[in-house]
Amino acid sequence: MDYNLMREFADSWGLVAMALFFVGAIAFALRPGSVELADEAARIPLQDE
Amino acid sequence: MKFGTEIVVLGFFAFAALVAAGFGVDGPFRQHMWVLFFALTGFTAILMRNTELKPVAPVDPSAYMDGPIRYGAVATMFWGVVGMLVGVVIALQLAYPDLNIQPWFNFGRLRPLHTSGVVFAFGGNALLCTSLYVVQRTCRARLFGGDLAWFVFWGYQLFIVMAATGYLLGITESREYAEPEWYVDLWLTIVWVAYLILFLGTILKRKEPHIYVANWFYLSFIVTIAMLHVVNNLSMPVSFLGSKSYSAFSGVQDALTQWWYGHNAVGFFLTAGFLGMMYYFVPKQANRPVYSYRLSIIHFWALIFLYIWAGPHHLHYTALPDWAQTLGMVFSIMLWMPSWGGMINGLMTLSGAWDKIRTDPIIRMMVAAIAFYGMSTFEGPVMAIKAVNSLSHYTDWTIGHVHSGALGWVGMISFGAIYYMVPKLWNRERLYSLRLVTWHFWLATLGIVVYAAAMWVSGIMQGLMWREYDEQGLLVYSFAETVAAMHPYYVMRAIGGAMYLSGALIMAWNIAMTILGYRREEQPMPGSVAGLRVARSGARR
Repeated sequence: MDYNLMREFADSWGLVAMALFFVGAIAFALRPGSVELADEAARIPLQDE
Repeated sequence: MKFGTEIVVLGFFAFAALVAAGFGVDGPFRQHMWVLFFALTGFTAILMRNTELKPVAPVDPSAYMDGPIRYGAVATMFWGVVGMLVGVVIALQLAYPDLNIQPWFNFGRLRPLHTSGVVFAFGGNALLCTSLYVVQRTCRARLFGGDLAWFVFWGYQLFIVMAATGYLLGITESREYAEPEWYVDLWLTIVWVAYLILFLGTILKRKEPHIYVANWFYLSFIVTIAMLHVVNNLSMPVSFLGSKSYSAFSGVQDALTQWWYGHNAVGFFLTAGFLGMMYYFVPKQANRPVYSYRLSIIHFWALIFLYIWAGPHHLHYTALPDWAQTLGMVFSIMLWMPSWGGMINGLMTLSGAWDKIRTDPIIRMMVAAIAFYGMSTFEGPVMAIKAVNSLSHYTDWTIGHVHSGALGWVGMISFGAIYYMVPKLWNRERLYSLRLVTWHFWLATLGIVVYAAAMWVSGIMQGLMWREYDEQGLLVYSFAETVAAMHPYYVMRAIGGAMYLSGALIMAWNIAMTILGYRREEQPMPGSVAGLRVARSGARR
């Protein structure tokens, strides 16, 4: 595995995979019905003690 | 506790250190091994004196493990004062070179002591103890692994002691913020992996189904620092009984590895970790949930994906290929978005409760921290632009920028977290004195303003003097002339730093009195008495 092979992977499939993961993470955070779950999660620190 | 195994293992390593002190191939290594020998022997003696043979009460598996966190809070305060004191000393050394005491206390050796002292000893202990505090309370689970937390705490303190004494003895890898030599690096790797196991294990045994966002930030900090530390410190020791090692990389690859490490130490140690702190302690102190939980998730992933590429902006106009410099610059500018996402989320958590800034000095401190976070993450991308960097790089502007982030963001959010945590950890109703928190706040804030303003003026002046040509194309100023011109600003910087340090000393007094159980009789903060407060029509929730 030399530099050129890694470089070619990094700026093709590697880039696509990371971009898709990132877009997927945003889509997951904004999916329909996430508002209630997010509000619930935001209250986690306030529920103890 | 009998500490049988601990005493045997520590005794063995103390003996190994003694052997290494005898057979070391270079003087500094032998001296360093003497330090290690005395540290381990002293610790063994303390354990022996604390040995009790009566049976120990079984631990309640549902109770939180707060012992290491109490020690961590005290260690944070102690190392904070030490690191800031060394900072004031080196500021004075720059203004008055006669203060350099050879060979152990010259600027070259004290400077890494200051940076490691405030970043890794103060900031590191603050992250360590708050992360263990937060992960237990948001997962509703006791720390994983029994006494593993004690190993992580004491192992990290040993790393700090070995790193700090190594610098004073002149042992250095000369890699900025990664100066410790190979054997200290190996020890930190072991401690850090134990920390990862401790944190991850606690998350895995959580009773709360959702992993709260603060834990995501803390976990990203732990995982990324492990990766950065291992790769940046890949090196070959000259001898297994010597202090010198050589990097696995050379030339520009070495420089890029170092700044990939260096900038992500800022990104994941000084930013992601402390954002984790913000996402727990600001909602707790304000008693309101975070403004937008979904924004916190989005800016988390944006931060992760962008920060890792920003390092090359430390190497503008060097042998680094142009495309890599441009890449570093572009990603630094894109970082505005996740940084400000975090700032907006932190500040807006107070929406509807803005009066708390007036009535609660701890909230005021946290809000100032978030404001400084916003300002320094705005300034950073500006300085990463190549045209700006050609003026700012190698000047004091960089130092001013770093300190507005470090003193303003990292320092203030840690102070806020400690002020919140200490009364809880020691079961005190409140702090010894809220008035002293106000004093601390103003000393710290004004200290930063003096510091940063002096460094802006001196840095831009320095950069302009360096690039001043006359009509024949000759440089107008010699280097020594620029140094002389900066003297007044160096004195001002030392004054600003001393103000910040005196605030930290007031805090240390306040925290110590709180732990000892004293309460200062004082007037309540204006407006903080609930009955006197007028209901605000615009308040939400």
